[in-house]
Amino acid sequence: MRLAVAALIGCVAAGASQNPTPQRIISIIPAVTEILFAIGAGPRVVAVGSFDHYPPDVKGLERVGALLDPDLEKILSLKPDLVAVYASQQDLERQLERAGVATFRYRHAGLAGVSKTILELGARVGQLPDAQALVKTLEDRLGSVRERVAGRPRPKTLIVFGREALALRGIYANGGVGFLHDMLTAAGGENIFADIPRESLQATTELILSRRPDVIIELRIGEISAERRASEVAVWHQLTSVPAVQSRRVFLVTDARTVVPGPRVAEGTELLARLLHPDAFKQEAASGRELDGHGPGDQASFVGVGHQPLDASTAPLAVR
Amino acid sequence: MASIRRRIVVAVTGFGALMLAAIVIAPLLGPTPVSLARALDRSTPLSENVDAQILFVARLPRTLAGALVGAALASAGVVFQGLLRNPLATPFTLGVSAGAALGAMLAITLGWTFGWIGIPAIPAASFAGSVGAVAIVYALARARHGGLSTNVLLLAGVTLNAFFSALIVFVQFLADFTDLYRMLRWLVGDLDIATYQPLVTALPLLLIAFAVFAWIARPLNLLSMGPDSAQTHGIDVRSAQRAAFFSASLATGAAVSVGGPIGFVGIIIPHLVRLLVGADHRVVLPASALFGAAFLVSCDVVGRTVMSPIEVPVGVITALLGGPFFLWLLIRRG
Repeated sequence: MRLAVAALIGCVAAGASQNPTPQRIISIIPAVTEILFAIGAGPRVVAVGSFDHYPPDVKGLERVGALLDPDLEKILSLKPDLVAVYASQQDLERQLERAGVATFRYRHAGLAGVSKTILELGARVGQLPDAQALVKTLEDRLGSVRERVAGRPRPKTLIVFGREALALRGIYANGGVGFLHDMLTAAGGENIFADIPRESLQATTELILSRRPDVIIELRIGEISAERRASEVAVWHQLTSVPAVQSRRVFLVTDARTVVPGPRVAEGTELLARLLHPDAFKQEAASGRELDGHGPGDQASFVGVGHQPLDASTAPLAVR
Repeated sequence: MASIRRRIVVAVTGFGALMLAAIVIAPLLGPTPVSLARALDRSTPLSENVDAQILFVARLPRTLAGALVGAALASAGVVFQGLLRNPLATPFTLGVSAGAALGAMLAITLGWTFGWIGIPAIPAASFAGSVGAVAIVYALARARHGGLSTNVLLLAGVTLNAFFSALIVFVQFLADFTDLYRMLRWLVGDLDIATYQPLVTALPLLLIAFAVFAWIARPLNLLSMGPDSAQTHGIDVRSAQRAAFFSASLATGAAVSVGGPIGFVGIIIPHLVRLLVGADHRVVLPASALFGAAFLVSCDVVGRTVMSPIEVPVGVITALLGGPFFLWLLIRRG
């Protein structure tokens, strides 16, 4: 086992010998922060990024900027011995290197990339067994979601992650690349933009009309009021020929688990699966076998559920 | 030399036919093949008719938006160039678009969702921003002299542009990552409006502007020779300048609130038209409006088909097509 660990460290982080197990870690990447806490390295995290909100332990921690505005001075003043940076933050990486601070380079990738990142990070911070256990849990859970939706008709789905308020303008959708596309596929959905090899694209109303999604899932960060939900949904009305609009399957999801490619992606995937295949989750409610112990899995129960782990913010949008 | 009336008729007929052709053909072109027969088939209800929805919900609004925005920006460009007696003036020179952009950026980053008599927040904020910019520039240009000093107008506008741009960068710096993306996209311009509502809102403003344009075409001819010369021809210079400034700003503000600050139309089209029909504003103004409409509608068709299914922002197309074409014409004629 030790040997395996050493080998992994060797290939993951070149020059592992110069990098003893880090004791003061900074992560400005929400996914990495979540992973660090999930594999038991949380107590060694001294600062996080502006957009890191999970787990709740991060509330009291120092904030040192994010992708576009990392605060180098603050980072250095906290004397970290490992800083997780985005692969695109080459300037920051170079500056940290000059200051003698080790970095962990994070690459945004698909669903498989999440497991890979967990293992790399586990090896880097000396928590490999925990990382391996986490990956197993995550993959088991993804596997059980896949199993549950297997053989069911795959609804054509549009995933929207940006749109102008109260208008069908500036619609950003997920293309056929990236963790959201992978999550959707695992959840038993067919991405209507699977043929476009980009993570994001601006979807015109024409494209949406012509590709006729059966389900529209809009992802948002942050809570919104019930009235706001209702008025945001009204804007989809005009696309009456879209099956998702006809069958009232337009959903507004404000759950962070669907947008952070961290250890909670399996839960996020399950959440998508419940929207796409409510029937697949029905018998469990009857038999009392409920994931995370929340209410029955049919859509109606999503409305007005308080602090339930999966359903809290996925009230379906009444389309008519 | 043909009489001016004849030249106007010829120009308006020619460019008008071009615009009509563009407006009729453009909705038939796009990334999805659409059958006109199926779209007009009354036996299928509209809510089920995909062809009709693509035609009337997706393509027709953006075609009409392209025509209105193109006409407004091109003719506003003509008026500003005449008023400021500067061939490099554009509808955006005096800070109208920067003010509009600042308004839109604020609406995006603060997540404003209010509706102004049914107008969504971003266009409303953008129009309010342009009104603010116009008011500041006008106040500055008036403060120094009794009338409007075109020099002060120009300097105040350019400075205000820089100042607003700095504010925009600051707002963007503070913005959330996803908002930033939407801001950058807004700044390129986009005509996929998906409803007729933005057009209905902008149309009265644009009609007022166009009516004033019709009236100031002759005074502009004299103004562009210089205020003193205009005065000797019996023109009320001050009110002509004021009318030109406000109407062109109104057209620009309304156009930007619909399609964002789409560049190049306001400078390329007027010069192109002048190369073709001469410098008389009575011909150049209507011709530019019609040609600007045809041009922007065509650019939008190119934008949505050239890399389909991905759409290229129309502002990129106007610059990519318009720039070289203009240079070619310049060299050929020069």
